Amino acid sequence: MLTLEIDGKPVEVEDGATVMDAANKLGIYIPHFCYHKKLSIAANCRMCLVEVERAPKPLPACATPATNGMKVRTHSRKAITAQKGVMEFLLINHPLDCPICDQGGECQLQDLAVGYGQSAHRFAEAKRVVADKDLGPLIDTFMTRCINCTRCVRFLAEIGGFQELGQAFRGEHAEILPFLGQTVHSEISGNVIDLCPVGALTSKPFLYRARTWELTRRRSISPHDAWGSNLIVQSKHDTVKRVLPLEFEAINECWLSDRDRFAYEGLNASDRLTRPMVKTDGRWVEVAWQTALEVAANRLASVAEENGDDALAFLAHPMSTVEELYLLKALGAAFGAAVDTRIRQRDARADLARGKVAWLNGSITEIVESDGHWFLGADVRRELPLMAVRLRAAAKAGARIVRWDDSDDDWRIPGVDPHKLTAPAMLVALVHFAKHLGVTLPDWAVGLVQQPSPLSAAEFDALSAALRGAQKRRIWLGRPLRAHPNAAEFEWLAEAIAGALGAKLGWLVDGANAVGAAVVGAQATQTAHQLASAGKAGYLLVNLEPEDFAAPDAVADSFARARTVVALTPYASESLKAAADVLLPIAPFTETSGTLVNIEGRLQSFTAVVRPREMTRPGWKVLAALTAMRTGRSVAYTASDAVRDAALPQGWRTQLAQHGLTAIAPAPTLHASAIPAFDRVTLYQGDMIVRRSASLQATDDAKAERGATIPSEEAAA
Amino acid sequence: MSTLKLGQMILKDCDESRWRLADYEARGGYQVLRRILTENWSQERVIEEVKTSALRGRGGAGFPTGLKWSFMPRQFPGEKYVVCNSDEGEPGTFKDRDILRYNPHSVIEGMIIAGYAMGASCGYNYIHGEIFEVYERFEEALEEARRAGYLGENILGSGFHFELYAHHGYGAYICGEETALLESIEGKKGQPRFKPPFPASYGLYGKPTTINNTETFASVPFLLAMGGEQFLHLGKPNNGGMKIFSVSGHVNRPGNYEIPMGTPFSELLELAGGVRGGRKLKAVIPGGSSAPVVPGDVMMECTMDYDSIAQAGSMLGSGAVIVMDETTCMVKALERLSYFYYEESCGQCTPCREGTGWLYRIVHRIEHGQGRVEDLELLESATSNIMGRTICALGDAASMPVQSFIKHFRDEFLYHIEHKRCLVPPEVQWAGSDIYVEA
Repeated sequence: MLTLEIDGKPVEVEDGATVMDAANKLGIYIPHFCYHKKLSIAANCRMCLVEVERAPKPLPACATPATNGMKVRTHSRKAITAQKGVMEFLLINHPLDCPICDQGGECQLQDLAVGYGQSAHRFAEAKRVVADKDLGPLIDTFMTRCINCTRCVRFLAEIGGFQELGQAFRGEHAEILPFLGQTVHSEISGNVIDLCPVGALTSKPFLYRARTWELTRRRSISPHDAWGSNLIVQSKHDTVKRVLPLEFEAINECWLSDRDRFAYEGLNASDRLTRPMVKTDGRWVEVAWQTALEVAANRLASVAEENGDDALAFLAHPMSTVEELYLLKALGAAFGAAVDTRIRQRDARADLARGKVAWLNGSITEIVESDGHWFLGADVRRELPLMAVRLRAAAKAGARIVRWDDSDDDWRIPGVDPHKLTAPAMLVALVHFAKHLGVTLPDWAVGLVQQPSPLSAAEFDALSAALRGAQKRRIWLGRPLRAHPNAAEFEWLAEAIAGALGAKLGWLVDGANAVGAAVVGAQATQTAHQLASAGKAGYLLVNLEPEDFAAPDAVADSFARARTVVALTPYASESLKAAADVLLPIAPFTETSGTLVNIEGRLQSFTAVVRPREMTRPGWKVLAALTAMRTGRSVAYTASDAVRDAALPQGWRTQLAQHGLTAIAPAPTLHASAIPAFDRVTLYQGDMIVRRSASLQATDDAKAERGATIPSEEAAA
Repeated sequence: MSTLKLGQMILKDCDESRWRLADYEARGGYQVLRRILTENWSQERVIEEVKTSALRGRGGAGFPTGLKWSFMPRQFPGEKYVVCNSDEGEPGTFKDRDILRYNPHSVIEGMIIAGYAMGASCGYNYIHGEIFEVYERFEEALEEARRAGYLGENILGSGFHFELYAHHGYGAYICGEETALLESIEGKKGQPRFKPPFPASYGLYGKPTTINNTETFASVPFLLAMGGEQFLHLGKPNNGGMKIFSVSGHVNRPGNYEIPMGTPFSELLELAGGVRGGRKLKAVIPGGSSAPVVPGDVMMECTMDYDSIAQAGSMLGSGAVIVMDETTCMVKALERLSYFYYEESCGQCTPCREGTGWLYRIVHRIEHGQGRVEDLELLESATSNIMGRTICALGDAASMPVQSFIKHFRDEFLYHIEHKRCLVPPEVQWAGSDIYVEA
């Protein structure tokens, strides 16, 4: 520990801490631009110059190591003179376009200029102009405003894992630019907008949509992946205008994925459903809520009565809230319908055999503490972009990371050891690895172990040495693996190997409330994907479109053959209009309250940010009303909190799994030739809102996803 | 034809035709290395000799070389580096070019000895990109030294290993700043690092590194041959040895002059043939373009060593003596210097990136009759906001000429501002422009 004095106040800091760290600890603000607590130190803006006793020159607080007995003055004449001098230099070439700059009102340069700038400037020469750059559909550039702090450069290289921007040219000609002919492709690129201390990098979708001080700010939770990132949703006149990260160190730190940041555009899509609609004689008619509810309840009831047991399936997107899913389960019970949310999972045996709920099996912060990671069938950057950020930090701290999957995607994590294996090859390799470790193989694996191993004994030894050499060992089951028809066999092998290696299993779940869905019991003996393609006589869909399922064509076909399809949805898409015969407008997450349980089992409730559009109603209220109609008893809930408390009674966390499954039924003997390939994970096609974000859909990632039509096996069969 | 006029130590008896290994050996080259290795000198003994000699860094800062070498953590396990800074980009300086051209082996021998003294087994010589033929010659010299067994494994059977590589830049002035030079060797954009950590603890590829100027390394074999004490006596106390001065500007015989430290400036001027056309000496920049300018009459009283020049308010720097006679317009001279720094700022930190352009534009305006009375005060204020506020010394280097030119020749600047023309009449300036015409 070191003791020093800043502005006369003593402070103790760790060895290796800087003057800036010490000042932060004391709550003393030192003006800065290039310094950021999550990035490496550049010391290039020179704004944080402070006076240090016995130092002949002012020193940058961000880069000067604290030493014992050091005396620092941040507001002395010498320090202020230095800071004001730097401010003048920063301003001489900075355009005076604050009135038309999107950063206005939340600009670090503007704020500090009030404190350190002069009202008139002495610079009488022509100002520099820098050509703007094309950084893709998400980030707009006004490079003349750039102060070359290089935060964006450092963010993409250090946190994003891959350098996509750099500072080219020298001196006054220096400018930030992407590689020639390239833009920025990082799945977390939007963070550079927050990091930019001036208006050089701004949000393209938000450009000129509102002034920042006109916006209302509300806390919310992202429904687009299981990470549970905390959001600040900003709105004006009951329209969401922008989404920013709400700093939460334990989950999203101060970052957001582009998916979480820009998906909000979808909330204002032109095909929002604002009034209940019923299809009569092939034509859609707007009706009153009461009529719509009655039609829906009657049509479902007649299917239940006329088509007998197993005629109905009530399916929801796993982004649906705890409240919605709990009430959907009650509605399903009232109609005798199967209820499920596993829309991309092709088999239910794994969850059935395990009994307990799949989750991260630990906290998010534990990821960085773990020093041995083995990923099976995962696509981390697409599944959970911020998990990749944590893994980069783990890798930097020396963690070993091994991946087995069938993708060429570069995870942009230094030191990752990749093994490209198709699903059948991976299953064969796992069987051999388990045998190599002395695991007794079950009967279903007999056919597999006769296949030659794709990996050698030496490779198995290297892998077990890498994991055994770590203190905290994790084996992660990724989304493609968990969605696979043989997920149960994969998980059995992973659990057996985890036991042999002393590692802990973790599940990368699919959907913002996948954990919550399983906890409230919104799971049937078949997955939502299986139920949807099974050709049931009646369906009720919550926040779902055919495109959400693993095999959209087969599902659309199944819906078309059903007697009735009731959809509770914020959107009236063409595909849904073709599939459904009743459309009930329910609120997206920004227009209702609710609760999501994230991948680490953290319960996070949120409230509405804006008023529901026109006749839109919260989903949980609609579900409660339908239940009341069916049962003839009124539902007692007046607020979503009460639903949540009923849905998640004390001790619900005991349902979370500690171990993988240990027995599978049924488990016929497997042959590698009969094992299909892994499904692909998409970044920007995963839910209704994301699919409607025009900016996200304009990214190269989304274009590639939409262009690559993966023929589903069901459709081909 | 050569610019070499006089050499007393490093440049003695060498020229365009006598730079090869055989020539160097004939002049006694590699004898010191051989003695150190066969007599098995201790590292401390080498460093002590260098300390005794009071050899100071010839790159410009004048830091005591022996002291610098003693900072190196000699016992540090793993690679350590010795780096030679031949990125000679300072306007007015051309001594390292001639050392590498005429006596490259003296640098090689000096670097091997430095590697021996500091426990390094690898060295780099970073050569300025605009003197490519010098780089090629150095590569040839390296090859000669390798073949002769002075470089590589087990040098002269001593068990000491040292490999040396040449590396050329592309002409960026900033790469002469030692940490920018290291970045450049590493393949990155040449931008200075923030210090601390200093190269002695975190240098090339993050390993302990010592960086010295070409002339410093070239002096080492000579000082060890004659002994540190003797070397010191060549010059004057605290300013040991010989120094090469690159004399340019308004003299009759511009060129490199290797003379003892402490030689009066008047003698150096005489060696260079005196002021061109017998004109009056107006001003001298005694240590390269970054050094403050000194009025001619003050300069005539100085001796050529670190301490005397410092007393005159300037720096000996790299020993580049730029002589200006009475036909020189000081505003125009400063405009040219300021343009250099404006173009060569790396752009990393704010005061230098923004300030150098500002300084140049103001001086440019004054020179072109657009000056304002408040401009001089503005220049002084802007330079004081740059000096000491930047990551490296380029900000200081850009500021010192401005401050000293205004300090000593304020009347000329004021005349420019008031009369929109030069104090030195155009016909006088024209008369002085026959710089390339030999008398």
